Amino acid sequence: MVRRELLLGDEAVALAAIHAGISGAYGYPGTPSTELFEYIENVREQHGIYARWSANEKVAYEEALGMSFAGRRAIVSMKHVGLNVAADPFVNSGVTGVNGGLVICVADDPGMHSSQDEQDSRHYAKFALIPCLEPHDQQEAYDMTLAAFDLSEEVGLPVMVRIVTRLAHSRSDVVAGTPRPQNPLRAPLDPIQFTLLPSNARMLYSRLTDKQPALLEGSEVSHFNLLSLDGDRSRGIVTHGIAWNYVREAFGGAVPHPCVQIGRYPIPTAKLMRLVEAVPEIVVVEEGYPLIEEALRGVAGIPGKRILGKLDGTFPRTGELNPTNVAAGLGFPRPQLMSPALERVPGRPPTLCPGCGHTDAFAVIKEAMAPYGGHRLFSDIGCYTLGFYPPHGAIQSCVCMGASISMAAGAAHAGQWPVICAIGDSTFAHSGMTPLLTAARRNTDINVFILDNGTVAMTGTQETLATGEELDAIVRGLGVPPEHVRVFTPLAGRREENVRIIREEIEYKGTSVLIARRPCVQAKRRGVA
Amino acid sequence: MKQDIILAGVGGQGILTVAFLLDSAAVARGWRLKQAEVHGMAQRGGAVYSHLRFSDREVVSDMVPLGQADMILAVEPLEVQRYVPFLRPGGVVVANREPHKNIPDYPADQVVLDAVLALPRAVLIDAKGIAEAAGVPKAQNMAMVGAATPFLPFELEDFRPIVNAMFGAKGEKVVAANMAALEAGYRIGAACKALLDQGVGSAETARRVTAPA
Repeated sequence: MVRRELLLGDEAVALAAIHAGISGAYGYPGTPSTELFEYIENVREQHGIYARWSANEKVAYEEALGMSFAGRRAIVSMKHVGLNVAADPFVNSGVTGVNGGLVICVADDPGMHSSQDEQDSRHYAKFALIPCLEPHDQQEAYDMTLAAFDLSEEVGLPVMVRIVTRLAHSRSDVVAGTPRPQNPLRAPLDPIQFTLLPSNARMLYSRLTDKQPALLEGSEVSHFNLLSLDGDRSRGIVTHGIAWNYVREAFGGAVPHPCVQIGRYPIPTAKLMRLVEAVPEIVVVEEGYPLIEEALRGVAGIPGKRILGKLDGTFPRTGELNPTNVAAGLGFPRPQLMSPALERVPGRPPTLCPGCGHTDAFAVIKEAMAPYGGHRLFSDIGCYTLGFYPPHGAIQSCVCMGASISMAAGAAHAGQWPVICAIGDSTFAHSGMTPLLTAARRNTDINVFILDNGTVAMTGTQETLATGEELDAIVRGLGVPPEHVRVFTPLAGRREENVRIIREEIEYKGTSVLIARRPCVQAKRRGVA
Repeated sequence: MKQDIILAGVGGQGILTVAFLLDSAAVARGWRLKQAEVHGMAQRGGAVYSHLRFSDREVVSDMVPLGQADMILAVEPLEVQRYVPFLRPGGVVVANREPHKNIPDYPADQVVLDAVLALPRAVLIDAKGIAEAAGVPKAQNMAMVGAATPFLPFELEDFRPIVNAMFGAKGEKVVAANMAALEAGYRIGAACKALLDQGVGSAETARRVTAPA
């Protein structure tokens, strides 16, 4: 019997990874990728798969690479900015290559629904010289992920599966196949493959570049890359991933022009050239950066051909595509739209939950800082970033995981005083320990607030790796003097005492850590705190 | 057959439950569907929405184009307005009348409700009253799905097996109460639809159809 399931794009990738016989799943929570890992985590025992959250994406990637080293298949998943954290092992894993199949699924967030940038992971795949598969719907997310594992073992390289928010978080029906058994343990056949000493790396890097023609040929013949020269040749369309859906939606199903639909990278240049030769005008419809468009245009463009896309403003350069702006870019008239019946519809930004400890923590920090001419709080990534919004108005920075502590240190080096920063317990475990070690060793005069709510709250209360007394011990172990590791409970009733503690540490000339400990209300409600 | 629905509400109100009910009913009918939803940051008390598209043929885009939605189904009345440009001419709005005020500049209640009824085919539902009358205050979303059903290619009975699957473990009484909320919502929705179809305006329809106590 055919098994038809309603799955998020994330879940379709996850199910395919299970069916591809993975022995391990790795990741760090991050919207819109979280549900991928969680789907596997929920069934890890019945399938005999190792699936536990890692401290950060770099750790996750290296663990996955280690599983590949041992001959087994692994998937590692993360959001696009998570790949920045994992970039070192990621890029170098192109040079080492793999033993067991290794698939990295990256969920990009065009439109920045829950992110600080719109970076396009296809560039990373190109940078690492590895293949990238990009599904356009949930079924293809399943099919491509299965194919990605086989491809990884066939070419001896990690393979990226790139999805975007609107696929990751959209459900549709998926027909799934049957599971393949896991690989047995098997040592790498090549004894130097994973030892990137310069003398080895030069050889291995050449081996990687030598693979490129075969990867390109693979793209040219792949059924994930479609070329059609049928229809009205006044223009041709080049598209990929979910952008393809918006193009078809605009044309009411069938596209009446020649087109290339890309689902596997490197870009199939011969297929593109055949389209270019057939039409005078090429419309590139791309979700993310104009990667295909730039490749097509080159430096000088194509003589005698018009190329339309993001670079000439046919489609918006920022934000995500949708069926409406794609239809407009393709020249369809804009529909007459109904207007709201209110003159102004007030915005409703996300907020800290009622009863959230962060609210009281921000209030007491602001009060304690008042005599020092107000506060400038370097902050980080988590629910507490919502402290930016009124009525809190509490934070002055949010750049990347862990940056609160290092940026605070830099400001202190510059002569700012006092310097305070705030980071959550999980973000601290992710990327806060090394900057705190640096600050503590140099005794940099900063006050680090660790907002310990005992969970990874923003992404849905996943397990944190450093909370409670263990967190306190880590902080001390990093070299912060025990008398300057202060723990307090951010509650309105303890305001006076907390203000006093904070001011004592501000007056202390050196690195101090103030741990505001109060469990997340969401985690408590779900019984995970 | 094709239906494009925008589900709207505030993070934590349970629009994913509404989506689950409608998704399940569409799947049981053997229809194809795509349902895009919002996770992560936006869920913390912010505006949330879901695009639900189902059809007896392939559904291509995960997102509904502007001006094409057959329905806005809102579990909060102000949230309707955010998505009006998605509505097609003749599209219907089914909205809960209970405001969720977690922002400082929330307009006056009557202004919000009047704005819903200013739209050509709009229905306001006292989901709270219906759910409480059914004995399950949490069943507001059931009432909303019930109220939407007369405007959709579904029958009330489509939802019985789904409600059974959702609440069967909690006993027959809970299932029956949730079905009662669905049915009460359905009756209001059906009464409103009859008037709207005769060309009676949204505000007048709201005046003529009152919730059963």
